[in-house]
Amino acid sequence: MVLKAVPGAVVAVTKAMRYLIALFIVLLSSSGIAAVLPVDRADALFHSYSGGGIDITGPAVLVRKSVSDSVSLSAKHYVDTISSASIDVEFIVGASTYEEERVENSFSIDYLNQKTLMNFSYTNSEENDFSADTFAFGISQDMFGDLMTVSLGYAHGDNVVRKTETKGVLDPDFLEYSQSDTFNVGLTQVITKNLIMSAAFNVTTDAGFLNNPYRKYRYRLSGDPSNYGKEDEKYPETRTSNALAIRARYFLPYRAALHAEFRTFQDSWGIDGNNIEIGYTHPFADDWIAEVHFRTYAQTNATFYEDIFTYQQFLNQNFLARDKELSTFNNSTIGFGISYEFAKGEGGTIDKAAVNFKYDYIQFNYEDFRDARDETLYAGTEPLYQFDANIIQLFLSVWF
Amino acid sequence: MPYKIILSLFILFTLSACNVEPWVKPYERANLADPIMSFSPDPLSQGYIHHVYQAREGARGAEGGSGGGCGCN
Repeated sequence: MVLKAVPGAVVAVTKAMRYLIALFIVLLSSSGIAAVLPVDRADALFHSYSGGGIDITGPAVLVRKSVSDSVSLSAKHYVDTISSASIDVEFIVGASTYEEERVENSFSIDYLNQKTLMNFSYTNSEENDFSADTFAFGISQDMFGDLMTVSLGYAHGDNVVRKTETKGVLDPDFLEYSQSDTFNVGLTQVITKNLIMSAAFNVTTDAGFLNNPYRKYRYRLSGDPSNYGKEDEKYPETRTSNALAIRARYFLPYRAALHAEFRTFQDSWGIDGNNIEIGYTHPFADDWIAEVHFRTYAQTNATFYEDIFTYQQFLNQNFLARDKELSTFNNSTIGFGISYEFAKGEGGTIDKAAVNFKYDYIQFNYEDFRDARDETLYAGTEPLYQFDANIIQLFLSVWF
Repeated sequence: MPYKIILSLFILFTLSACNVEPWVKPYERANLADPIMSFSPDPLSQGYIHHVYQAREGARGAEGGSGGGCGCN
């Protein structure tokens, strides 16, 4: 079987983007309401993810400050400290743990010119075996008596993929590259005095080395179908995806808010995903805000994904992958947050501060990805994999 | 082709707004201006959660915030 990306999808997307850009230019000329710069604010966050044998913790800091009536600067520093003994690591190298760190830094500038808000940003992400540089540009405009905001965005990313051998030493013979281009269109609309809705449309194209260099697929051995062999994965070198999201927030009469989100996603690899989220925000006792939410996500697998390939597929198929992120699966999230505001309206340099705690519990259920760690079982009859994750965020926010 | 239908609706809806008076007056927007009505009340936290999902799901994009990097082994 020969699997191909769909070039027609790229053409259709480019045409759609052209129409939207033309529409945006027309709307710019008819606008009459000025936009505003983002507010000055600083956040310091501690985050923790634990699930499926992986622990990821780290700090993150975001500072935004306006330097004039028309220019606002922001900087972000983010760290992931990873300790992983995941099912993927165990499948490839057996029971072991690896440690890794990812550091991301980004800088952005917002520029307000009469009625138009523009944003330029640069982000660098570094791991010992992966580097990513992303440049992004965005433009947004309030229109029609401030009832509507339309935005357009474009980002280009260049990635360098390396591979480590034992003890974190880089393989000198492995060096690959990939690029991504992202287009975004957004619309936010006031519907009534208590309801606001938004729509976001995203197109992303990738080219180059797109798979994880460590992961392997498995295939049945020709002489012994109860057993399997392992080989490095082979992905297509292009991918195009579309995502459309609709969001709404509704203000309840006793000062509380409901929110809802629906997103649908398709890509040229055959993945079809949807998620729905609903939530409720409830302020109480003047200084406290509580929030609860529920999210569910489901996707179909990529056309070149199999939990275990046949020997014939191993011999003849161009692309082969066993990444559980490309499998058919679903997950459900239930979470809550609590926020306490203080130092409000006391004058001085600080307008307000808040300390926040958020917790999310996610359960992942795989429908065609099996737990192959027990190699005594007949290949392909192992139990389906599932795992739970706990996510904690603790952060301080200051408005000034 | 669902995207063509959605795009047509988007254009129709947007153009229809060209000739209307704002139906929610500025003095009627106190509820909408309340911080609990923000789509992105905590951008740093929101970016982190998007990254958590991006690394573990096939879907990506249209999150309404920024992500970045991988860290997904």
